[in-house]
Amino acid sequence: MKFAVIQFPGSSCDLDLYHAVTDVLGEKAEYVPHHETDLSAYDAILLPGGASYGDAVRAGALARTASIMDAVIAAVKEGKPVLGVGNGFQILTEAGLLPGAFLKNRDQKFICRNVKVQVVNNRTLFTSEYTEGEELNIPIAHGEGNFYCDEETYGRLKENNQIVFVYSDGNPNGSVGDIAGLVNEKGNVLGMMPHPERAAESILGSEDGLNVFKSIVNEWRESHANQA
Amino acid sequence: MPTKLEPTAEQIRDEQIYAQMGMTTEEFEMAVKLLGRLPNYTETGLFSSMWSEHCSYKSSKPVLRKFPTEGPQVLMGPGEGAGIVDIGDNQAVVFKMESHNSPSAIEPYEGAATGVGGVLRDVFSMGAQPIAAVNSLRFGELDNDRDRWLFEEAVAGIAGYGNRIGIPTVAGEIQFDPSYAGKPLVNAMAIGLLNHEDIQRGLAAGVGNTVMYVGAKTGRDGIHGATSSSEEISDDPGKERAPVQAGDPFTEKLLMDACLELVKSDALIGIQDMGAAGLTSSSAEMASKAGFGIEMNLDLVPQREEGMTAYEMMLSESQERMLIVVQKGREQEIIDLFAKYDLEAVSIGQVTEDKMLRLLHQGEVVAEVPADALAEDAPVYHKPSREPEYFREFQGMEQQEPEVADYTQTLVSLLKQPTIASKEWVYSQFDHQARTNTVVAPGSDAAVVRVRGTEKGLAITADCNSRYIYLDPETGGKIAVAEAARNIICSGGKPLAITDCLNYGSPDNPEIFWQLEKSAEGISAACLALDAPVISGNVSLYNERGGKPVYPTPTIGMVGLVENLEHATTQTAKAAGDFVYLIGETKTEFGGSELQKMLNGGSISGKAPAIDLDVEAARQEALLAAIREGIVRSAHDVAEGGVAVALAEKVFGTGLGAEVKLDGPAVSALFSETQSRFIVTVKPEHAARFEELAADARKIGEITQADRLAIRDADGNLLVDQDVTLLESAWKGAIPCLVNSEG
Repeated sequence: MKFAVIQFPGSSCDLDLYHAVTDVLGEKAEYVPHHETDLSAYDAILLPGGASYGDAVRAGALARTASIMDAVIAAVKEGKPVLGVGNGFQILTEAGLLPGAFLKNRDQKFICRNVKVQVVNNRTLFTSEYTEGEELNIPIAHGEGNFYCDEETYGRLKENNQIVFVYSDGNPNGSVGDIAGLVNEKGNVLGMMPHPERAAESILGSEDGLNVFKSIVNEWRESHANQA
Repeated sequence: MPTKLEPTAEQIRDEQIYAQMGMTTEEFEMAVKLLGRLPNYTETGLFSSMWSEHCSYKSSKPVLRKFPTEGPQVLMGPGEGAGIVDIGDNQAVVFKMESHNSPSAIEPYEGAATGVGGVLRDVFSMGAQPIAAVNSLRFGELDNDRDRWLFEEAVAGIAGYGNRIGIPTVAGEIQFDPSYAGKPLVNAMAIGLLNHEDIQRGLAAGVGNTVMYVGAKTGRDGIHGATSSSEEISDDPGKERAPVQAGDPFTEKLLMDACLELVKSDALIGIQDMGAAGLTSSSAEMASKAGFGIEMNLDLVPQREEGMTAYEMMLSESQERMLIVVQKGREQEIIDLFAKYDLEAVSIGQVTEDKMLRLLHQGEVVAEVPADALAEDAPVYHKPSREPEYFREFQGMEQQEPEVADYTQTLVSLLKQPTIASKEWVYSQFDHQARTNTVVAPGSDAAVVRVRGTEKGLAITADCNSRYIYLDPETGGKIAVAEAARNIICSGGKPLAITDCLNYGSPDNPEIFWQLEKSAEGISAACLALDAPVISGNVSLYNERGGKPVYPTPTIGMVGLVENLEHATTQTAKAAGDFVYLIGETKTEFGGSELQKMLNGGSISGKAPAIDLDVEAARQEALLAAIREGIVRSAHDVAEGGVAVALAEKVFGTGLGAEVKLDGPAVSALFSETQSRFIVTVKPEHAARFEELAADARKIGEITQADRLAIRDADGNLLVDQDVTLLESAWKGAIPCLVNSEG
């Protein structure tokens, strides 16, 4: 299985995703710069955290206009798994691939610390290796992680089981419904503010994020075994 | 000609216009002599900025020369952007600490942000990938709006820059004292990693090679920053619109990535950051170091504003710029490389044989000065030095044990002192995990960062207790280095080298110059004893406001090598039943202590705690040996607030408690700041071996399951008895509470 790690100007967690997939999981990954237009060679797409375009206008707002985003949209249509972490999640909402928007953290300050996150839906491409209700210890690192959507959207997200992760020990940033991660209706696009790639090795304090990547790999293997 | 508004060479002399640029009459006359004629306005600007304290170290050079700078591990000592030490396997660590005090006193957000940006450029201009950032901060007490604003904004500025560029801020230290009121110290340190063959230097060599300008455009920001940072902070509100640059971490990230690709190219001859004194210092220094000259056409310099004069361009301190020299004929490769990162690379001149810095602007030669005259021939001052009255008085005082009525309440009050209190409010604003190598995060004695692809790690810390240095600069200088080394050892590392950031008041005051001299002697002695040479550094003088200087604050940034990440150790207790050991005896030493300061309304007096460097080195060696044997579960040095505070910090965040017994007079046993002490926990089955290795360790108690810190005297009487939860909430809540208070 081959992952694409998209690099926008200013992305910095591209390296972290790359290492989680390659060094820790032993899968293949390649960096794909923002000006490329084709992602057909990849089985899964990762949008990294960091500060694409220096967070100009709003975090993620300019990345949406990069050439690679057409290819990301095409991959979504093909049903490939697309994961956006941190700034990657912000880009996915800016691009309309996920609902909602982001505001500055409730306390107006950047927050970097480990938080407790609960898996509320383990029936997705990204969470099948978790048990439902499982509590994870995963770091957050963001200044604009306060997820916002209107009530109607929130109702729909709940009804469709699109909310995948919620903050379970206090809401660090003010997000509506304690939402920490959600999928699109089709279930192949996940955006999450906690950084699973930073919780992929015990030496760094937690391995609780690793199952996000393992789920993607296992789901892909199974679907390809079925096709074969 | 834009120069038409500029004073003539004669006017500069007759009206002493050079004085407004910070030059003395003697210095101006020296420049005239070196030049063989009167300098014009631009040339006077070149001299004044290059001969500023910030660029020339003219007052501190005689002191700096005494630092030990050599060792088998040192690949490059002071003199380049940053120093370099070997860590084996063809890899090396590059690091440097720099001050950004005077801009931070005026515009704390941008001042602190650009401090981070500048020191990162020092590191990646050496060819190294930055892997971590550190900061050392000093503010006045958080009891007034001004100092709270300076504190909050400086922290936000570091976060705004460091987080966006994606380099983790892994460690830091902060102290609060009335001596820093309105004149904060913002010292930023960066650490990078490279392979030996990628080491770069700032050299403009090879006649005909091309001088290129890369990065952000030049604006009028920060003109004469080097000079104004070499002056006292003014209380005149009109004067406060002094030069402060604005930082752009996005451009810096692109510039960093582009430069790290550039250093792999054999077309590159030399590279240097345009830091203080911008285009002037980078061009003059690169030419002078290489023994060549540089000719630049300023019309070609990318400019952000219209109508800039040669003077303005040369003295601008716009951020995120580099000067590089590349092989003639290969400019297009470089242009293409930078274009990939949406950055400009522009040929602006060439290397010449005549050792002159020659500047052309609008078809005329606007400056022609020997590069050595600017970079090498600055005057060196041997400033008068005088032992202050207060020092003799303090040395004559006996160590006294303060009177304390309620030990538990005193511990709670100490834990709430902002210098001791948890700094989580600060470091939770810093992304300390980017690049996924942070093995020990902020909040322990030193951070530990993995060297990816190896078993090794780097232990990183910054330290300086300026109160001790004020009381006794030589002893305090020794303690600053020793404490940094203790933090490295406690984390499982062996010290490699230090960088220092020497923050003082005006060196024109003989008593302050004496502080500088004496503390440098102390630092040197400790560097030799602990095998940690000085590989880079920075001097920041004139940190005064209203004639009041800051405490002498030579911040020590230290990096150590953790040979195997299995040795990485944290300060906190691991399990109930583990034995608690105190290494080192306790004396009655309260001069400059946190307790003395707290009880005396912020003022300190008496002797600093004593330190014996041989004892220090032996204890550090023994503790590191025990850590490397894998028998130490946690290690923490005893610092501000003494054993009681160190014990509390040991159990915070663990859900555990401790039950210990201390000998000697109670107040000293609990709160004295005697040096060279550690608190360590060890599994019972390793106790015998540990005691064998650490000869002066005494078992003082055990870690318990209970939510309780109980400290007894030798007779078993309870001195301190309190819920850990309560102590921890006092410790954690103090800074948020101070920041949110009014008045």
